[in-house]
Amino acid sequence: MTEISKMTLRDVANKDYFLWGHGACPGCGVAIAVKNLMKIFGPETIVYVPASCLVVFGAQYPISAFDVPFFFTAFENTGAVTTGIRAAMKRKGKKPLVVGFAGDGGTFDIGLQALSGAADRNEDIIYVCLDNEAYMNTGIQMSGATPFGAWTTTSPAGKLIKGKRRHKKDLGAIVAAHGVPYMATLSIAHWNDFIRKAEKAKQVEGFRFLHVLTPCVPGWRSEAAKSMEIARLAVETGMWTLYELEKGQAEVTYKPKKMEPVTEYLKLQGRFAHMVPEDINELQKWLCMKWWAHYKDEVDAPPCRIYEAEKPVAHDGDPLHGV
Amino acid sequence: MVMKVISADHAVAWGVRLARTEVIPAFPITPQTLIMELLAEFINDGELDADFIPAESEHSVLSIAVGASAGGVRTFTATSSQGLAFMFEMLYAAPHIRLPIVLVNVNRSLGAAAGIWLEHNDSMAARESGWMQVYVEDNQEALDMVLQAYRIAEDQRVMLPMMVCLDGFVLSHTVERVDLPDQYDVDSFLPKFKPLHVLDTEEPRVMNPITPPDYAMEMRYQLDRVMHDSRQVIAEVDELFGEKFGRRYGGLFEEYRMERAEYALMALGTAVTTARSVVDELRERGEKVGLIKLRFMRPFPGEELLAATGQLKALGVFDRSISFNGFGPVYTETKAALHSLDIPITDHIGGLGGRDLTMDEMREIFAMLKSDAVKDPQRQVYWHGLRGPQL
Repeated sequence: MTEISKMTLRDVANKDYFLWGHGACPGCGVAIAVKNLMKIFGPETIVYVPASCLVVFGAQYPISAFDVPFFFTAFENTGAVTTGIRAAMKRKGKKPLVVGFAGDGGTFDIGLQALSGAADRNEDIIYVCLDNEAYMNTGIQMSGATPFGAWTTTSPAGKLIKGKRRHKKDLGAIVAAHGVPYMATLSIAHWNDFIRKAEKAKQVEGFRFLHVLTPCVPGWRSEAAKSMEIARLAVETGMWTLYELEKGQAEVTYKPKKMEPVTEYLKLQGRFAHMVPEDINELQKWLCMKWWAHYKDEVDAPPCRIYEAEKPVAHDGDPLHGV
Repeated sequence: MVMKVISADHAVAWGVRLARTEVIPAFPITPQTLIMELLAEFINDGELDADFIPAESEHSVLSIAVGASAGGVRTFTATSSQGLAFMFEMLYAAPHIRLPIVLVNVNRSLGAAAGIWLEHNDSMAARESGWMQVYVEDNQEALDMVLQAYRIAEDQRVMLPMMVCLDGFVLSHTVERVDLPDQYDVDSFLPKFKPLHVLDTEEPRVMNPITPPDYAMEMRYQLDRVMHDSRQVIAEVDELFGEKFGRRYGGLFEEYRMERAEYALMALGTAVTTARSVVDELRERGEKVGLIKLRFMRPFPGEELLAATGQLKALGVFDRSISFNGFGPVYTETKAALHSLDIPITDHIGGLGGRDLTMDEMREIFAMLKSDAVKDPQRQVYWHGLRGPQL
């Protein structure tokens, strides 16, 4: 078997465990992420899915797109139900992967407490957060993961208030604070990085957290054919940083060649269409602070030159710090 | 057989230990905590081979229990009051997935006008969730019902979770003499847990997917019938338990001095003990009174109660909670079950929020049952031990 550090797309077995026939929208980032994660996790996997789009399009009685054991109960308990499944497997002397696929609402917000409990107990599970930056299953409501300025049905672009007024919650820092054995951010546009991290998560023991940015065609008001491009631009603009945290060491795993202005990312998505220049500047400035913290001065950031005076004097280079 | 003087909470922990329970998620809440403390001691002393999982909330506790039970191992947890309320969402998951989890609820008042004392308004609210519910009277019964609960719940004809309810403080923190059954006897009474469905990569299956209207209604009906039919298993298991351990509880309910009784009270939990003494006292005076100890709220023994009450001139129902609709829940269920019975049936509410329930109040109830007061169709509910006027 190829070393994990050298794994690429061609090392992944061409066998699906998340099958055709599911009901996701064309271009759905969640379906793309789950299909490919399941290829890597393989048949010795037990899947728990809380309330989310995935539970609706992944399995409805009497059919299922999952070709592995699948379980669902509620919204906020991914960390807890997976804990219970793992405990039962341990009692029976079995060692399948126990994987929870939760959305951003089910992770950042309503599921945060159970996530914290499982991470704190270092449960031997893989927790995947499929982050499409809002409660998409209920019809696009704002979550803690929704970025600044974005329209959702509960952060409408009104005459007075235009979109979400707070920046995205730094979930990575929260998870990292639990001292978890492995944690990584993934992008569906960076496959070799995606595969390597999923494979590593499969090998590590203890609590593993994979955070995938999953573009959502109806929620982001984007074109189905553009999901990959949007996912790539998220990384190029600093909206999404690819890093991993192992044994307390955080490391950026992919450095863009240079920073693209955030407007390149925004213009492909109707959820940002209403944004006024001041709000775009606010988001760009926030991204610049993040960029400098994550990449130090190693990657040129032309859109940040105007904020040079406000650049933090020193930072430790830890990608988890400074968000 | 070993005799110990222990609280009901500790008796429960012994029952869980003897049942060889394998996964025990826990979160502290008064007056349940003594159960989990003793179980943690058993495990850390190597006396019980189980996984103790200290979760961060009751919602997660029941979620863990559901996950473990779906994974195919015997699972236990306990809670009270606010904790049970926090579990509420997950209570509704276990029955349809046919997970025979045993949960002990140490009854405690729920909600504002807050307190940690005895009331049944926590578990009574859960009676629509699909869990079987049994109420126990003493510490021995608490232990015995943990064993019986697994045997009933895990019967392939049932496969439903069971809630064993015991009165906070009156039992949970009060010591009584308890026979600890031999492990050997328990092992022969309680076979290894065989799940109906299990999460297993060797035989992948989907458990509890979203269920469209084409199917969900039939599933509701199946659950209703299973709950109904569990009555037979409850009776069988009580008989089996009696043969093995010499103690019988009557299954769904116990009739106490009901022979030729004309006036009877039905009660549950520790109120039964108080009522027993008053019935004895009145019987000595030659009064034709009797007592029904209701044990199961789910399944509710409607048909069986009808057969047991046919000869009565009046029936009182004791409720340790109120539905804020004029009536207590036990009364509502009883009245519906006995609708064909042409006798006065009255509701007697007492002991709320931990208020002491006295023998004098029980005497008052029996006196009412024999009087013309209960024949007033305008008046079906009486509160006992209440200060101030009753309208």
